[in-house]
Amino acid sequence: MISIAWKSVCNRWPTALLAVLAISMSVALILTVEKVRRDARNSFTQTVSGTDLIVGARSGAIQLLLYSVFRIGNATNNISWESVEEIRKRPAVKWMIPISLGDSHRGYRVVGTNQDYFTHYLYGDKQSLQLASGEHFDDVFDAVIGSEVAAKLGYGVDEKIVVAHGTGEVGLVTHDRQPFRVSGILRPTGTPVDRAIHVSLQGIEAMHVDWRNGASVKGPGTDAETIRNMELQPKAVTAVLVGLNSRAAVFREQRALNTYRAEPLLAVLPGVALQELWGLVSVAEMALLVVSICVVVAGLVNLISVLLAGLNERRREMAVLRSAGARPSHVFLLLCIESTVLTFAGLLAGLVLHYLLTGLGSIFMQDRFGISIGLSLPDATDLKILLAIAVSGLLAGTLPALQAYRKSLADGLSQRL
Amino acid sequence: MAEVAQEIVRLDNVRFVWPGSSEPVLDIREFTINRGESVFLKGPSGSGKTTLLSLIAAVLTPDSGSIEVDGVELDTLRGGQRDQFRVDRIGLVFQQFNLLPFLSVRDNIRLPCKFSKHRRARVRHGRNTLDDEVDRLLHAMHLPPIEVQDKPVTELSVGQQQRVAVARALIGQPSLIIADEPTSALDSDTRQAFLELLFAEINAAGSALLFVSHDASLSGAFDRSLDLRELNQVVSSAQSGRLLS
Repeated sequence: MISIAWKSVCNRWPTALLAVLAISMSVALILTVEKVRRDARNSFTQTVSGTDLIVGARSGAIQLLLYSVFRIGNATNNISWESVEEIRKRPAVKWMIPISLGDSHRGYRVVGTNQDYFTHYLYGDKQSLQLASGEHFDDVFDAVIGSEVAAKLGYGVDEKIVVAHGTGEVGLVTHDRQPFRVSGILRPTGTPVDRAIHVSLQGIEAMHVDWRNGASVKGPGTDAETIRNMELQPKAVTAVLVGLNSRAAVFREQRALNTYRAEPLLAVLPGVALQELWGLVSVAEMALLVVSICVVVAGLVNLISVLLAGLNERRREMAVLRSAGARPSHVFLLLCIESTVLTFAGLLAGLVLHYLLTGLGSIFMQDRFGISIGLSLPDATDLKILLAIAVSGLLAGTLPALQAYRKSLADGLSQRL
Repeated sequence: MAEVAQEIVRLDNVRFVWPGSSEPVLDIREFTINRGESVFLKGPSGSGKTTLLSLIAAVLTPDSGSIEVDGVELDTLRGGQRDQFRVDRIGLVFQQFNLLPFLSVRDNIRLPCKFSKHRRARVRHGRNTLDDEVDRLLHAMHLPPIEVQDKPVTELSVGQQQRVAVARALIGQPSLIIADEPTSALDSDTRQAFLELLFAEINAAGSALLFVSHDASLSGAFDRSLDLRELNQVVSSAQSGRLLS
């Protein structure tokens, strides 16, 4: 029976191929959408670990999370250095990392921070940042660059780089009077850190020494030595990542910071803010999922239509089969086996296509969004999806099979056309 | 079966009415075929030939009367049993398009043995393997195995296709062969050769043959020749009704 079904499918390979193609595309789409969704979440979740609170100027929790950690969007306001010092003095605070944003180098964000960044910032499974070569910044004009910046721009240690004011890729005023030197390159982390250029807070101040009211003053500018001898105390930072002595204190600290009187501050728990973000994007995710399911349904409908359309021209075959001893149930089974063969071929081809897509897509996603998508074996969710498609494929196949069964009962051995 | 009936087919007072029609198509008081006998049944198209064959092949059930084939009262068989009975005891050859286009010549001939243990057992009873038997039948039907066996059936001539169909009907030696206008798609030369091969093999297998055709010129080679119009009590009225419509 199986060999008969197989030969019958092979005999109709052009239509069979189309049905397989339709199913494989839908399978690849739904798997890829699901994978991107999961990996994007994972990628985001991996970026901050060990940070208890993110503090910034008062805005929205998601916005603060996005610009401070993921470097997406810009800060609306800064927090003053006095407030930063106040936060540092709080007994519950174990460590804090000030972050100053707003400048860039060839599309990569420049992050002003201090040595605490390298000792306290954790990502993934509580891993700290490691240097691949060189050392942490020491001088005002030192910069530590992320692995991707080094790889994409081809920078090595001691490379001179010029930082631009503002963020973007073109048409920016550059801080060309104060070039920076690459002092170290970080190991890859799979987080936005790879795409950042880290300098000291003093470095950020230094490149703005000759700036007044948001514009560079005319003239040769102050030379590096003079700047090094100036007192480069930052007046404000963009955000502060805070680690607490005890996680139990996190809500009390959050409340204290949110009700801080001297300045309107916002403290968020990264996990809570992430949840809020997922809540926001879940509508889009849902839409994507619905579309993918529709594509799967379309693929299955196509399978049914291919089998049903073939049925009429196959009535004669059915009659021959019946005259050679096949029962109506055999005819039913034959069609079921055919649809099963097509469904499974579609599933397999879909898996291959999915891996091809993620393989190529991951390069693009890493490039544009810094979201790492790894190739992995199908997990439980994927298997559930595959199983669901397989089952619906088999169910879809019973429809034309039932039709064939009825027809072969009614037609008997007659060879009506 | 303790005693083997002399008749392979026996119809008693069989009436058949198509659903939705008031007039019966067939009303046959008595019709028998003996074992090993070849019967030629002629009649114009629409006279109920195919209906009669479907009744004997247990595809259709009569509205009244009884049909016995190979010692089995068809009335006693239900659904799947009827299909099994058919493939076990009867070989069928149609006018045209007898073969599955996606199977090889050999697989087409083997097909009944896939569905019938009975016929598989008969092949083995002749101390032949299935492949040997297929080879033997191909030779007997003047189909050189080397030439045709690997060809898609669609590339065979109509005459060759009909001979493959006969080989398939004969494999496992069913006790009755029913042929429904098997020669009408053949030209007169191939028709004669086809009939000779058919008779030689049917005699060798000892099967009875019920051969239906509108072409009375073929009837000479058969043991007995009948006209359905004489057999069928309703032919005159039903026939005229049919022709008018």
